Amino acid sequence: MEIRIKIQRFDPERDEAPHWRQYQVGAQPMDRVLDVLHTVRWQHDGGLAFRRSCGHGICGSDAMEINGRNRLACKELVKSLRQPITVAPMRGFRVVKDLMVDMTAFFEKYRAVRPYLMTDDAPPEKERLQSPEQRERYDDTTKCILCGACTTACPSFWANGKFLGPAAIVQAHRFLMDSRDQGAEQRAGVLNDASGVWRCRTIFNCTDACPRGIQVTKAIGDVKKLLVARSASPDGPPARAQRAGGPPSA
Amino acid sequence: MAPRTVVRHQFDAVIVGAGGAGLMAALEASKRCRVAVVSKLYPTRSHTGTAQGGIGAALANVEPDSWEWHMFDTVKGSDYLADQDAVEAMCREAVEVVYDLEHMGLPFNRTPEGKIDQRRFGGHTKEFGKAPVRRSCYAADRTGHMILQTLYQQCIKQQVTFFDEYHLLDLLIEHGRCAGLVALCLATGELHVFHAKSVLLATGGFGRMFKVTSNAYTLTGDGCAVAFRRGVPLQDMEFFQFHPTGIYGLGILVTEGARGEGGVLRNGRGERFMERYAPTLLDLAPRDMISRAIYLEIRDGRGVDGKDYVHLDLRHLGRDVIEGKLPDIADFVRTYLGVDPVKELVPVQPTAHYAMGGLPTTLEAQVLADGVSRPLIGLYAAGECACVSVHGANRLGTNSLVDIVVFGRRGGRHMANALASMDWPTMPAAPEARAQDLIGRLTSPASGESAAQIRAELQQIMMDHVSVFRVGDGLKEALGGLSSLRSRYQHVAVRDRALQFNVELEEALELGYLLDLAWATAVAALARTESRGAHSREDFPKRDDANWLKHSLASLHDDTVALAYKPVRITKFPPKERTY
Ligand SMILES: Cc1cc2nc3c(=O)[nH]c(=O)nc-3n(C[C@H](O)[C@H](O)[C@H](O)COP(=O)(O)OP(=O)(O)OC[C@H]3O[C@@H](n4cnc5c(N)ncnc54)[C@H](O)[C@@H]3O)c2cc1C
Ligand code: FES
Repeated sequence: MEIRIKIQRFDPERDEAPHWRQYQVGAQPMDRVLDVLHTVRWQHDGGLAFRRSCGHGICGSDAMEINGRNRLACKELVKSLRQPITVAPMRGFRVVKDLMVDMTAFFEKYRAVRPYLMTDDAPPEKERLQSPEQRERYDDTTKCILCGACTTACPSFWANGKFLGPAAIVQAHRFLMDSRDQGAEQRAGVLNDASGVWRCRTIFNCTDACPRGIQVTKAIGDVKKLLVARSASPDGPPARAQRAGGPPSA
Repeated sequence: MAPRTVVRHQFDAVIVGAGGAGLMAALEASKRCRVAVVSKLYPTRSHTGTAQGGIGAALANVEPDSWEWHMFDTVKGSDYLADQDAVEAMCREAVEVVYDLEHMGLPFNRTPEGKIDQRRFGGHTKEFGKAPVRRSCYAADRTGHMILQTLYQQCIKQQVTFFDEYHLLDLLIEHGRCAGLVALCLATGELHVFHAKSVLLATGGFGRMFKVTSNAYTLTGDGCAVAFRRGVPLQDMEFFQFHPTGIYGLGILVTEGARGEGGVLRNGRGERFMERYAPTLLDLAPRDMISRAIYLEIRDGRGVDGKDYVHLDLRHLGRDVIEGKLPDIADFVRTYLGVDPVKELVPVQPTAHYAMGGLPTTLEAQVLADGVSRPLIGLYAAGECACVSVHGANRLGTNSLVDIVVFGRRGGRHMANALASMDWPTMPAAPEARAQDLIGRLTSPASGESAAQIRAELQQIMMDHVSVFRVGDGLKEALGGLSSLRSRYQHVAVRDRALQFNVELEEALELGYLLDLAWATAVAALARTESRGAHSREDFPKRDDANWLKHSLASLHDDTVALAYKPVRITKFPPKERTY
C-alpha cells in the first residue's frame, strides 16, 4: 500500500525555521509509523533525524506528535491513521533536528523529584518485605519509560515551561506510594512548589498520551491528596501551595 | 573534509554503555574514583530495559533451591561449554545481587508473605534436572525495565557523570595497555578523547546482524568490533541464540515467562509437539532445543497453514494471569497482530536473541589480550559484549540479567581497586587520528552505495545460512557473500554531511561493526564441525567432546580472521549427554 506522510523537518545547520515535507512511500499492512520513517530514511533521505532503539514501545525513544497526538512511532500502525499522516516533534522542548528534541530539561525535572528509594534504616540481610497489596499501590507508575509524551501533551506545561510536568510527578508517585520509601519529606518541597503538582488542571491529555497506559492524571491526584494530608497532619510541612493556584478545594 | 573539533577529558575510569552491566559497574566504581559513563543512547533507552521474564537466583522463596542446582542447570544448558568456575561465581553471587537490587528499590512481584516471588523458566530445575523449579525473580514482564530504571536511579543518587549520546569510535590501545577512547558527540559532531586509566566496555549484543531479531536497532556490537579491530580476540562467536518465541514477522520477544506460567507451543495440527522433543521439560526445555524443534516442525510441513510459524497457546491461563503477570506481552500481541491472547493463539517463530560470544574476560571482567591468560591492562568488558564464559554454547533464560549485574559489579570493583597502583598511561601522538580517518572515509566520497542496502543483504545472508541450522556449504556461501559486502562497504558514501545528529553516519558506522562481527561468526561456525548448544550443524549433528570441547578465539590479522582455541574449565560437572 502507498502511504502519504508529512514530516516536520529542521536542520539547524541549514534552516532558519522548521518546514514540512511530504513523502509518498510503499508500506506493508502491518507497518508502524516507525517503519515508514525508516523507509524515508533508508530510501529517500538518509539525514532524516529521529531517535529510536527497541522498536516495540519499551525504551521510550520515539515519542512524537502523530496526527496531532503524542504517540510512540513504534506503536502506531499506519493502517489505522488518517492520511497524509503528519509527524512532528513533541511540543515544548527545543527542537534540535527534525523529530528530535532536547530532553535536558525533561531529565532535570526528573532528577528534581529525587527519583530513587530513600530509606533511613539499614537494609535487612535478605529482602525488605512488602505485601502484594502494598506493591500494587505503585505498580502502575513503575511502568513509566520516560518518553516525555505526557509532559509535552500538557497545556499547563506549554503555558509554563517551569511546571514539573506529569512525568516527573509520576516518578515521585512511584516512590511516595512505595511502603519501603521514607523520602516523602524531602520530596514534598518541589512537589508543593509554585511549579509543582498544583499546576495540574486535570485536563487528562497526559493520560491519553501515555503509551504505557498509566493512569497519569489519577497518579497526580494521589500525590495532591498526599500533600494535602501531610499539610493537615501536625507533623507535616506547612501548606505552601495555596499561592500557586491552590489545591482543588481552593 | 575539514578535521572535526576535538575535545579532551580525563577520568580515572570510563565505562562505555549504560545498560545493566555498565550502570552496575558505574555504581560500584564511582564509590571510589572519578568515573564517566559514555553511552550512545540515553541510559534508560538501553536494551536491558526490554528484558521481560526475570533474573535467576536460588533464593528458595517458594520452594527448595540451591545455587548448586542453578550452577548445574547453567552448565548443562551451556552444553558443557561454560567455564564452571565462572558459573559458580555467578550462581553464588546471584542471590546477593538480587537482594541488593531489592534494597535499591526494585519492585519485584511478591509472595503472599511479602518475599520476592519466583517463577519457572526454561532449563531451570531442582535436584539436578528432576523437574522445573521456580527460580526466576521477576517484576511482572518488565524485569529488565525495572533493573535499568533502578540502577539509573541509584546513579543519579550517587551523582555519576554521564556523557549521553556519545558514540564510541575507537579504543586507544598501545603496548598492551588501554589509555582511553575516542567518542563522537552526536549532538555536535565533535570528537571527544577520553584519557583514562581504565575503560570498561558494556556495549551489549549484536542481534541486528540477523533479519529477524528481538534486539534493538542499536544493538550492533560496537564495543566488540572496536576492540576486535584493535587486535583483541573474540571468543565463541559461532554461538548465537535464537529464542523460540518471537512474534511472527516482527521478531519482538514473547518471554519464556509466558511458558513458565503454563503456556504451550502447538504446531499447525494443534499438537503439543514438545512432547516428542523434550518429554520431561516439554515447553520449558532450553531455547536452542525448542527453536530447532520449531524449525523441524515447519520443515516437515506442520507449521501453521503451511507457513513458517507455530502457535503459542496462552488461552488456558485465563485473563487474570495474562493481564496480571504478562501485561506487556498481551499489549504487544494486541497492538502488533491484533490478536487477543486471552482468546486466540499467538503466531510465533524463532528470533535472533542473544550473543553468547564476545570479548574474553577473567572472572573480574578484565579483557584478555591473548584470549587465554594475559589481561590487557586497563581494559574491561561486562554484560552481553563479554564472554566470561558463563553461557557457553547456549544461555539459559534469566541468566543474562544475572550475568550483567554480577560481572558488572565485579568489573567496577576491580577497576576501582586497581587504579590506586596504576600510573597514567601515555597517550598516543594523535589519539583521534583513526577515528577522524574512519569518519572521513565514510563522509568524503562524492557518491557511493548506501549503508541501508548492504545492511539488508547482510541480514538476509545471516538468516539464510548462519541461523538455527547451519551446514558447511551454506556457511561457505555466507562467507562469500560477506566478503563481497565487506568490499562494497569500502565504497559506502554517507550523503548527509551534517555535523549535528548525523544519523546516517551513525548507521553506517554500525553497519561496519556488524560486518566484522558477522564475518567472525561465520568463520568460527564453519570451522566447528560438531553440533553443540545453539550451533547446530546438519552435516555434523552430534556433539564431539573429543575434538571440540573447547572455546574458539577469532582474531583479525591483516584482513583475515584467524582461529585459535582454548580449553574449557571444568570443576564440578563432567560433560554428559544433554537430554531434557
Ligand atoms: C527482548 C529481550 C528480552 C530479554 N529478556 C531477558 C530476561 O528475561 N532475562 C535475562 O536474563 N535476559 C534477558 N534478555 C537478555 C538481556 O536483557 C541482555 O543480554 C542484557 O540486558 C544486556 O545488557 P548489557 O548491559 O550488556 O547491554 P545493553 O543493555 O544492551 O546496553 C548496551 C549499552 O551500550 C551502549 N552502547 C552501545 N554501543 C555504543 C557505542 N558505540 N558508544 C557508546 N555506547 C554504546 C548503549 O547505549 C547501551 O547503553 C533479553 C533480551 C531481549 C532482547
Ligand atoms: S523505539 Fe523504543 S519505544 Fe519506540
